[in-house]
Amino acid sequence: MEKRLHLPPERIDRARELARRIVAPVQEFIEAHTTVTVERATLRLAGADGADADGVPVPNLVVDQLRDRLEEGALKYWVNALLRTGEGVAGLNRRVAEGLRVSDLPLADPIALEGKAAELVSACTRRVRGNRSLREERLARYAGKNHAPLLYVIVATGNIHEDVKQARAAAEQGADVVAVIRTTAQSLLDYVPYGATTEGFGGTYATQENFRIMRAALDEVVEKQGRYVYLTNYASGLCMPEIAAMGALERLDMMLNDSMYGILFRDINMYRTFVDQKFSRMINAWAGVIINTGEDNYLTTSDAVEKAYTVLASQFLNERFAFAAGLEPWQMGLGHAFEMDPTIRNGFLLELSQALMAREIFPEAPLKYMPPTKFMTGDIFRGVVQNALFNFVSQMTGQGIHLLGMLTEAIHTPFMQDRFLALENAKYVMNNMADLGDEVEFRKDGVIVKRAQAVLEETVAFLEKIDATGLMPAIEQGLFADIKRPRDMGKGLEGLRKKADGYWNPFETHLQRELGL
Amino acid sequence: MTTIVRPYGDTLDDGAVQLSFTLPVPFGPRGREAARLFVEKLGFRHAEIVHAAPLSEGFSFYVAYGRTETSIDVDTIHVEEATGEKLYSMNEACEVIRARLGRKLVVVGACTGFDAHTVGIDAIMNMKGYNHHYGLERYQEVEAHNLGAQVPNEKLIDYAVKVNADAILVSQIVTQKDVHIRNLTELIELLEARGLRERFVVCAGGTRISNKLAVELGYDAGFGQGTYAEHVATFLIERLGVKHPGVRS
Repeated sequence: MEKRLHLPPERIDRARELARRIVAPVQEFIEAHTTVTVERATLRLAGADGADADGVPVPNLVVDQLRDRLEEGALKYWVNALLRTGEGVAGLNRRVAEGLRVSDLPLADPIALEGKAAELVSACTRRVRGNRSLREERLARYAGKNHAPLLYVIVATGNIHEDVKQARAAAEQGADVVAVIRTTAQSLLDYVPYGATTEGFGGTYATQENFRIMRAALDEVVEKQGRYVYLTNYASGLCMPEIAAMGALERLDMMLNDSMYGILFRDINMYRTFVDQKFSRMINAWAGVIINTGEDNYLTTSDAVEKAYTVLASQFLNERFAFAAGLEPWQMGLGHAFEMDPTIRNGFLLELSQALMAREIFPEAPLKYMPPTKFMTGDIFRGVVQNALFNFVSQMTGQGIHLLGMLTEAIHTPFMQDRFLALENAKYVMNNMADLGDEVEFRKDGVIVKRAQAVLEETVAFLEKIDATGLMPAIEQGLFADIKRPRDMGKGLEGLRKKADGYWNPFETHLQRELGL
Repeated sequence: MTTIVRPYGDTLDDGAVQLSFTLPVPFGPRGREAARLFVEKLGFRHAEIVHAAPLSEGFSFYVAYGRTETSIDVDTIHVEEATGEKLYSMNEACEVIRARLGRKLVVVGACTGFDAHTVGIDAIMNMKGYNHHYGLERYQEVEAHNLGAQVPNEKLIDYAVKVNADAILVSQIVTQKDVHIRNLTELIELLEARGLRERFVVCAGGTRISNKLAVELGYDAGFGQGTYAEHVATFLIERLGVKHPGVRS
């Protein structure tokens, strides 16, 4: 796309350089640590699954048995148990659920452990590669059938079987992406529930079985409609890497995954989140998943005009963390949102400027554009107009992933008809003005160009300040979203471990090699 | 006095109403007629389906108009809002607090339970406020503590005790299967169990909250859509005047 905002390239380079410098020391910390959920994700990739009679998942049972030996890597004890019991993966899952203590078994010869682990890694790799190539094959077969930007809707009934009906309907109406919203409590659970679920609040539990059910239902629509439908869930909260692992196994296509969202907006400990996001992103990268980052949250908490620079700064940091985890630019659905106060004179110009700025600075990223929510009032008629303007900006600026605004935002989770009306709105606006963006140039001294340049400058200044302070102290001081998060506070800190010298994780090693890290 | 009214389209008493809804039936003439008859069954005359569209294999969407004979006598209606006609502006509220309380009004707010949506409590409490109505943090005579999202009820009470709060504000935005009711009820029960209910003015807010509902649940007041910090501040001032005899009202 032609550059129309005349953004100085050296300032964009400076911002990237600063992001690299800001993230580097955090990466060092990450490399030296693991967490309970990183270990459980590793076990899941190896095949650990199921739950005991109380519903405690098998990966949790194993990790809880190990306590201070966790720092050696949980997989060793799992692989050892396979060798010692002579069970297959399914048999071992059953026995652990029945009370087998893998921590009590004498350790086998390291070479035997290596050999068995290599088998598990290659079995998992076959499955994940198979998922990846199936997706690629379908996308190639149905090339050109998806909308650009991809039209993204959410389902949130709480019951996976009801979600399936809603998701199918949306996909048949033209949705390209279906996200199953999680129940509000799940991000703070330090385990992933097991099995199909039919109760949730404001959403449905992310479980591997629910992933499988929804994937199968959408695949039917894919074949019927001759159009690929992307399935999305949330690799966020206290179980980022485990959800990523489940998504890799069940062919999810997108994952919400932000490097700092959990810290700022869920009060999850920063050490924990930094370590978790890295491993979860490595799994996403390996599985060919597109991540969606959560910059929209900065704007629902703070003013979208004044704090626009925090969005761009976070995009630079998310990009850097993503590169460090092996993600490629086409996998980086960097987030932003249409959240300015609709009563602002020329607010539309500022929104257009912000969206185009993101497009020009991250030309290869499939930007994730979020709809108005904060200033949706319950006036559904005005809501339709707000969403139409949002659709207009998205199309004109070539966004990648377009989360459809609902006219009933601020009233209830979407009805089936709300999604239909949103899809009709987007299809109308986006088709009717398809190539307008290519027809228009902006005045060099006009509002749109000047605004983008000013936001970029503010962003560089902000990143300079973060660089001088250090990322972790900056978070402690409340430089992001005015939220202060001390490094030794927040949820999940007790699940952090310094890796022992002999830390053993063949899946991590395999991913590092595959991703060239 | 009686003032009998009906919905107004373009002529007084025409009773014109617009409706939209989904039926779990396939799109087609049968679905359309089912929708029309349904609107008639609701009591509308001249029911008209002006738009119909297929949503999915077994679902169809309708936009309908109808005219109703049903009327309402507005003079018989009694509304219990938390605040009356008189609202204090930010500056007026601060003056009244200075005059009556002689110290800052201490308010603790949170979005409780598992609800992660702070947009409601932020609209009332944050400096910036919402829709050009400043939040309580901006009020010079209010000491506002916004604890954010997913705060357990116990923790909220502990905090209110710690800062010696006058009032507790609870926001519940996202709800499903009435979890907000259970959560709101739990706060009151905990306060009562600890003998603290009378110590605080306790208010609930959120899109699904009405004053009536909140009062039924044991709150001093409830605030729904369209509430700004002025409404909450005005109520708190008035209620504190009643609650604490030491405070001049």
